Amino acid sequence: MKNSLRANVKRGSLAGVASVGAAALLLTGCGPAPQAGTPTATASDYTGCIVSDSGGFDDQSFNQSSYEGLKKSEKDLGIKVNQVESKTNNDFEPNLRAMVSAGCNLTVTVGFLLGDATKKQAEANPDLHFAIIDFGYAKPIANVKPIIYDTAQAAFMAGYLAAASTKTGTVATFGGIKIPTVTIFMDGYADGVKYYNEKKGKDVKLLGWDKAKQDGSFTGDFEKQDKGKQLTQNFLDQGADVVMPVAGPVGKGAGAALKEAKAAGKDVKLIWVDSDGFLTAPDYKGIMLSSVMKQMGSAVETVVKEDKDGKFTNEPYIGTLANEGVQLAPFHDLDSAVPAEVKTELDQIKKDIVDGKLKVESAASPKA
Amino acid sequence: MTDQNEPQYPGGTPAGPDAGKDHADKRHPDKHHVPTPAEEETAAVVSLDTAGGAMEPSAVPATAQSGKIPGGPETLARRIFTGSGMVSVLAVLLALILGGLLIVSTDKQVGATAGYLFARPSDFLSAVWTAATRSYVALFQGSVFNPRGSSVAVQFAPLMETLTIATPLITAGLGVALAFRAGLFNIGAQGQIIMAGILAAWVGFALHLPVGLHLLLVLIAGIVGGAIWGGLVGLLKARTGAHEVILTIMFNYIALYFLRYLLNTPAFQRPGESNPISPILDPNAVYPQIFGTQYRLHLGFILAIAATVFVWWLLNRSTVGFEFRAVGANAKASLTAGINVPRATVLVMAIAGALAGMSGVAQVAGTEKVLTDGVAATYGFDAITVALLGRSTPWGTFAAGLLFGAFRAGAVQMQIQTGTPIDIVLVVQSLIVLFIAAPPLVRAVFGLNPRKKKAVTAGKSKKAATTGGAA
Repeated sequence: MKNSLRANVKRGSLAGVASVGAAALLLTGCGPAPQAGTPTATASDYTGCIVSDSGGFDDQSFNQSSYEGLKKSEKDLGIKVNQVESKTNNDFEPNLRAMVSAGCNLTVTVGFLLGDATKKQAEANPDLHFAIIDFGYAKPIANVKPIIYDTAQAAFMAGYLAAASTKTGTVATFGGIKIPTVTIFMDGYADGVKYYNEKKGKDVKLLGWDKAKQDGSFTGDFEKQDKGKQLTQNFLDQGADVVMPVAGPVGKGAGAALKEAKAAGKDVKLIWVDSDGFLTAPDYKGIMLSSVMKQMGSAVETVVKEDKDGKFTNEPYIGTLANEGVQLAPFHDLDSAVPAEVKTELDQIKKDIVDGKLKVESAASPKA
Repeated sequence: MTDQNEPQYPGGTPAGPDAGKDHADKRHPDKHHVPTPAEEETAAVVSLDTAGGAMEPSAVPATAQSGKIPGGPETLARRIFTGSGMVSVLAVLLALILGGLLIVSTDKQVGATAGYLFARPSDFLSAVWTAATRSYVALFQGSVFNPRGSSVAVQFAPLMETLTIATPLITAGLGVALAFRAGLFNIGAQGQIIMAGILAAWVGFALHLPVGLHLLLVLIAGIVGGAIWGGLVGLLKARTGAHEVILTIMFNYIALYFLRYLLNTPAFQRPGESNPISPILDPNAVYPQIFGTQYRLHLGFILAIAATVFVWWLLNRSTVGFEFRAVGANAKASLTAGINVPRATVLVMAIAGALAGMSGVAQVAGTEKVLTDGVAATYGFDAITVALLGRSTPWGTFAAGLLFGAFRAGAVQMQIQTGTPIDIVLVVQSLIVLFIAAPPLVRAVFGLNPRKKKAVTAGKSKKAATTGGAA
């Protein structure tokens, strides 16, 4: 008995190892070994896969949210999951090929950089399905579903909130790299500030982004937090007291600078992006006014579920305020700092945007 | 004896300064003093040290300089770059073993079985064995041969992938290796690849030319781009004496941010889009695929082989290459011997840049077919590792490039089949570099410490000498 088990293991099959583990668990009755391998026995044959861009699945941004969405599908829908990280742009095509040969029903690719590679594999494998995050094709492809976001809508609310919260009359924003998925936040934010000024007859200044010129402050990447800190320090010196960094992990640099300013007695606030920063960047809870959320996880889960149920379409999924694909996060600890009046106004703005009464436009908005 | 010794002193050379004379006089205050053999030796060394009195004696007397000529075979740099081939192989082996341990320690099953290690140790041990072998089997299947493929073509697809990924590594590695041989630490392959990529890509997507001519122009544009970027470093070093390490690192930044700037201009973006990604290169501007469209392997690989042959010929058969090696061995001696060192510096950096430029072309015209800010990936830095592992020889670099290509290609399968994080593969690669850079460590681990050997040999030769003397 023991010998045959061992032979299994040597053949290198996962099931073998798992059965040894399970058998050992039964025989010895001690040790916290989990029941590895059971999902593969009972789960459906559906395989959902994901290929990251060079940020990896721990980028605290769209790779991570998309990955978490797929992982959640694994638990909730009982599907199999394959994931592969790209370290460089060179890895995209081999990774996608590997996913195709691993028998993935749906492969999620993350970011515009994977656009070409996804297109190529999609055209070569017309019977497989793909979904791409944050990128839409000019000419739709029959088996690729773009998952895109009209982030400007939620960023508009954030801009209004920032303008309503500033004590100094100056707010700021900056980006990581000047790409449409970043500038769309900044456009919406700028418009929100402008809308507040028009409504209230105020003159709140915005630093870091000029919507008309489509130019502003960028750190140059999504990695170097010290640059985010430096830039935020500059904004503080120029009198800004609410800052929205649109730079993934670099936002932590902004958080650090604001935290120091807060410790020095200044009343400053941070607006996070992508996820609810109160939960994902808890270090800055005390200054976290709100977050502009892109619900990528739930979008991925929805697309996977649709595909599993045979309802795949190549119609783009566009996250909006209406379908709650983009949202303004709760104020959490700073709830008391936001006047009830402003909250009502924000609700009204949301309603107006959903109803189409208020148009939020950005050069980077998804064209549906 | 004194007379015999005399001509070595500046008294005999008309150019010799008076200081030299004093020097000689001080050494021989008494003309009738007959020097002992030891003194004679010192005198000879001193004359060597001062180039026969033409130069000031060095601050450190030749006798105190451990008896070895600087730049000789025992300096650290030379030990690193030209350590024995055995060390490279053992370094890879050692890195694989340590990598295996890492894989095992991060494996879930191993962790689970470790929970009841004492109750049933065999489970734990077999889980350890499975985790390590499974990963390396996946690495092999992803890089050389996949027996589960449905046809021969599919079975050999991993090998083709390895060769594809190796292509830019080989050419950039050759560039770095060539500069190493001329005594220059070329850290600038990254920037050279980027500049080559910019030019080659632009020629590729902005111009529309007939088949053949277009690709040729793309190739030339890339090579020229790399050569200029490398040559500029050589020129600055030769003219101003600025250190090439600082120059190349700064040139890398300049190239990268220049590329990012360009990608934000409409001229380098697709019409109607504002993402920083260039249009796709013309079909006429890309390398043809060697073995059909099912593999990514392209003409660039053949060119990489040609480049290896060229560098081998350059280093071993040409006058220019001899000059490069001489400058690398000892720049001052080369200058004395009449070699134009500044010219050699500029030339070697330009050729190194041109080789790295071929990697840039392999990227934009071979695999990527577009220009993004990740066009150079990490090839420029991996090239340094490849050149080190290849001990700065052309064919060694070629082999090292293939090995790294295999690691990269296999890493994909390793991730998918076993869930081993790709970072582990990168750790293994880094370990290789670490061990290559520390040959004594590897020798010590494998019990090949040269000191012991030397002592034994010395003892033997002494014995032999004694025996010889007695006979």
